[in-house]
Amino acid sequence: MTTATADVESIDDGTLVRREPPPNRRNLLGNLVRYRWLFLLLLPGVLYFALFRFWPMYGAQIAFRNYIPFLGIEGSEWVGWEHFESFFSNPDFPRILGNTLILAALGLFIAFPLTIVLALLLNEVRLQILKRTVQTLVYIPHFLSWTVVVSLTGLLFAVGNGPLWTFINDALGSNTNFLADPDWFRPLILLQSVWKNTGWGTIIFLAALAGVDQEQYEAAIIDGAGRWQRVWHVTLPAIRSTIVVLLILQTGNVLDTGFEQIYLMSNALNRSVADVFDTYVYFTGIQQGAYSYSTAVGLAKAIVGLILIFGTNALAKRLKQPGIF
Amino acid sequence: MDRRTYQRFNTRAGRVFDGVNAVVLIAIGVVALLPFLYVLAGSFATELEITTRPFFLWPSEITTASYESILSSRVFVRAFVTTVIVTGVGTVIQLALTALMAYPLSKIDLPGRRTMMSLIVFCMVFSAGMIPTFLIVKELGLLNSYWALILPMAINPFSLIIIKNFFQELPKELEESARIDGANELRILRSIVAPLSKPVLATFGLFYAVGLWNDYMSPLLYLGDQDKWTLQMILRQVTASATLTADDMNSDVPPPAQGIKFAVVMVATIPVLLAYPFLQKHFAKGMLIGSVKG
Repeated sequence: MTTATADVESIDDGTLVRREPPPNRRNLLGNLVRYRWLFLLLLPGVLYFALFRFWPMYGAQIAFRNYIPFLGIEGSEWVGWEHFESFFSNPDFPRILGNTLILAALGLFIAFPLTIVLALLLNEVRLQILKRTVQTLVYIPHFLSWTVVVSLTGLLFAVGNGPLWTFINDALGSNTNFLADPDWFRPLILLQSVWKNTGWGTIIFLAALAGVDQEQYEAAIIDGAGRWQRVWHVTLPAIRSTIVVLLILQTGNVLDTGFEQIYLMSNALNRSVADVFDTYVYFTGIQQGAYSYSTAVGLAKAIVGLILIFGTNALAKRLKQPGIF
Repeated sequence: MDRRTYQRFNTRAGRVFDGVNAVVLIAIGVVALLPFLYVLAGSFATELEITTRPFFLWPSEITTASYESILSSRVFVRAFVTTVIVTGVGTVIQLALTALMAYPLSKIDLPGRRTMMSLIVFCMVFSAGMIPTFLIVKELGLLNSYWALILPMAINPFSLIIIKNFFQELPKELEESARIDGANELRILRSIVAPLSKPVLATFGLFYAVGLWNDYMSPLLYLGDQDKWTLQMILRQVTASATLTADDMNSDVPPPAQGIKFAVVMVATIPVLLAYPFLQKHFAKGMLIGSVKG
């Protein structure tokens, strides 16, 4: 998906032969007639993007107004940065930022390396049937909904009869209700994410590894490289650019914790550690009706994400790594 | 790899590593499946067994009471049927909109194409967020309508770009000859491009279907009316509080409160698992078509 973005830019660089000479772009009417069928096919999609992607971006200006539905977007009073200021000075802000960043760090430093490790382990398997079987199994959880994953967690950790509740409490000699204990919120979120997405995440690495020239391995063997050395000197360099691209994307998404998982896992007892930007926007916006305030929170988050993704991309390019743009 | 090189691979340490690696990977595969197998077993177990036995993969007494209980619930059956319809209709609409837009964008001489592609890429890295989108859906009068589950997410920009790239790489000769024969673009898309793109369209159709089936956020945001709730909403309600059957069960026997949780999870999962073999057949290929350069 990432290089697809790069591909978008590389299309007009002459790699593809043009069907016909480029038309005169100033001739608008001529173009409309000439491309009428293509424009007609384009229409529903353009309408979709206008309605559901760009109109909300226009509507996001209510972050700078005191939006009152009755008065409409333009009719509501302009208040400038007021909502942003009240969010940043709100005691909720550092807590939410901290919760979000801790969850993102767990993803970046634990879940992400685990994905690479699993991909490397799969890559070392020479028995194709074993490789395919394991792949089939580890991809499955990706397709289950967060509702199902959270429900499974609820059943596995059910107080009194859940298998994992019994097992972990026996092992620790404790009597914890994991689902209500704030100390267990983050480990459970990490556990769910790893279970659901690690297998799926290996696809992109395995694809990159499939492109590695086998002769490189043979040459390494002839040079006396052991298994570990081959992984270190051949396999890892082969997926380095993939790792960099995914790291860029993940850094850009550092404030995106995934609404559904966190919302479904949060409850009255763990809200102190469970509140993140996405759920905070929901609680303040949808449940309390503070449309302008919650829009400001969401907008601040989206803009920081945008800056992060361009920043890490520029950094990667400076470090002579392929970026995504 | 030829035999000679393979033998150099095949040292004793290499074999030990292979063995350990196989064991570890099999364990990981089992872990991926185990929670699901436990719930499958639990959904056929008696209430007593679920509440007394901490872990089992085969119930000592097999019963379908939990399934009978949820299937006799009007609320549940209605939610199931609704979700099937929304998923079916939604998949067709979303895939059609995506493919229709991907086709013109795959024509490199289309005026305005670069601008449109930039705007689409922009939508991948920036979105207005939950509340402005909610307000637009409200403005359009789609609250409490099933269209709110389908339309706001009709075109996924990633899928759009991958399908576009796929169209772009199809051999041009067939299109050319059809064009010379006087076929218009709509016809070329329908009778040449679409048939050639079946695997990629099937893949993204299934992705859309799984997304619609699994969606929790849209019904949470847009369906305030409890009578319209979809399966994922009911699943959440049942597993969080076990209140599904309290008010609409006809029987005098109390419903198996734990058992129905297991059964509802299974019913919400099984359609996805049925689609999985088809998904798996194509997704690796479908996902990579757009991302591999060249």
